[in-house]
Amino acid sequence: MQQIINFLIKNKHFLLFLLLMFLSIVLTIQSHSYHRGKFVSSANFFSGGLYSWQHSITDYFGLKEENKRLLEENELLHNQLVALGRDSIAKKHLDTISFNTPYTFTKARIIKNDYSKIDNYILINKGKKDSILPDMGVITDKGIIGIVENTSTNYSRVISILNTNSRINAGLKKSNQYGSLVWNGKDPNIVQLETIPRQAIIREGDTIITHGRSTIFPKGIGIGTIASYTLNQNKSYYLIDVKLFNDMTNIGFVYAIKNQDADEIKSLEKLNYD
Amino acid sequence: MTRDTLLHIIRFIVLVLIQVLILNHINFLGSLNPYIYIIFILLAPININKGLFLIISFLLGLIIDIFGDSGGIHAAACTIIAFFRPIALRSVFGLSYEFQTVKLSNVRFGERFAYVILMVLTHHLVLFSLEFFNFSHTLLIIKKTLFSSAFTIMITMLVLVLFRKNES
Repeated sequence: MQQIINFLIKNKHFLLFLLLMFLSIVLTIQSHSYHRGKFVSSANFFSGGLYSWQHSITDYFGLKEENKRLLEENELLHNQLVALGRDSIAKKHLDTISFNTPYTFTKARIIKNDYSKIDNYILINKGKKDSILPDMGVITDKGIIGIVENTSTNYSRVISILNTNSRINAGLKKSNQYGSLVWNGKDPNIVQLETIPRQAIIREGDTIITHGRSTIFPKGIGIGTIASYTLNQNKSYYLIDVKLFNDMTNIGFVYAIKNQDADEIKSLEKLNYD
Repeated sequence: MTRDTLLHIIRFIVLVLIQVLILNHINFLGSLNPYIYIIFILLAPININKGLFLIISFLLGLIIDIFGDSGGIHAAACTIIAFFRPIALRSVFGLSYEFQTVKLSNVRFGERFAYVILMVLTHHLVLFSLEFFNFSHTLLIIKKTLFSSAFTIMITMLVLVLFRKNES
């Protein structure tokens, strides 16, 4: 017994070192698996507050571009409105909540955006208080950004599509084949679309959109265009490089998508598994 | 003594703020960031309590991790260089370390440079190995370690020269 205690005292620094290393390795492994990195997150009162304060200062530098982007979005929406016919819309929907769709959008501002690491996260300035919940999709007017991973009262952490753990259902606009969208960690403007079957007819420049097969994104949100493609080793699937519509290094405002039917769909799916 | 302690606490806070607010967003040539917050570990007093030093270094790394959403990679890298700092000091400064007379502000440039290189390279190697966490990326890890280290070493040396205490 005496010897054990002596050993512990003699090596206390080494043992402390081992303990701290163990802790940090556990945190690292957690961060490398999807939906586990709950403890170390910038979506807390302290770091969220600091980033938000920083953003309130640096915000002004991007105003010009932000205005241009909003104008473009307005232009697009106006054109769609005219195409639909202004009267028919006014008759059909008396207020914003009677739209015939389960999706509602909440605007949010990005206060921290990473794109240079291999697992990137984005911090937005809306949280539980604004009924942002995990597994909500995040988009801009141009295309998808990522999925909310965890939330605090005022902030949410979004797992960016530029994250090697992220997997999103996506497919071709012109046909119904779909695959999963991943990122290889190299170029922040190019993501990879895997497991599109060989039967699909694809060409460079084709549009890739979300496919509405999960409760996260509605069908038809833009992602990007095909930059190049190859067949995989056993020639059964395409590996497609997708050039994103969004410039991931420069995004300001985003929308978080809430699917009102998500719980209903999930409980049904669960029923099927049981 | 208390004045020195205060100085170290202020240095800790200032370095963390500079790191998370400015340097984490530089992304030079696409993805290179200098990690100069480890200056705190480099400049910690030689005769500091070892256990305390390990814990403070771990916390320093953890704070950077929380801000950067990077799991525990900075915490691990900081703990390792804090633990191996005595070995680095002994191998670079030799006898003057044994007598605890080393002050980083008044050693020769070459020795200080060697010390910084040794510590930064170790830190970055651990950091990027854990970030990629995959042996198939070994080449990329080495490439990123070297380039990022060069960036960090350059800025660290600049900071050390610019903010040197005047020894009167």
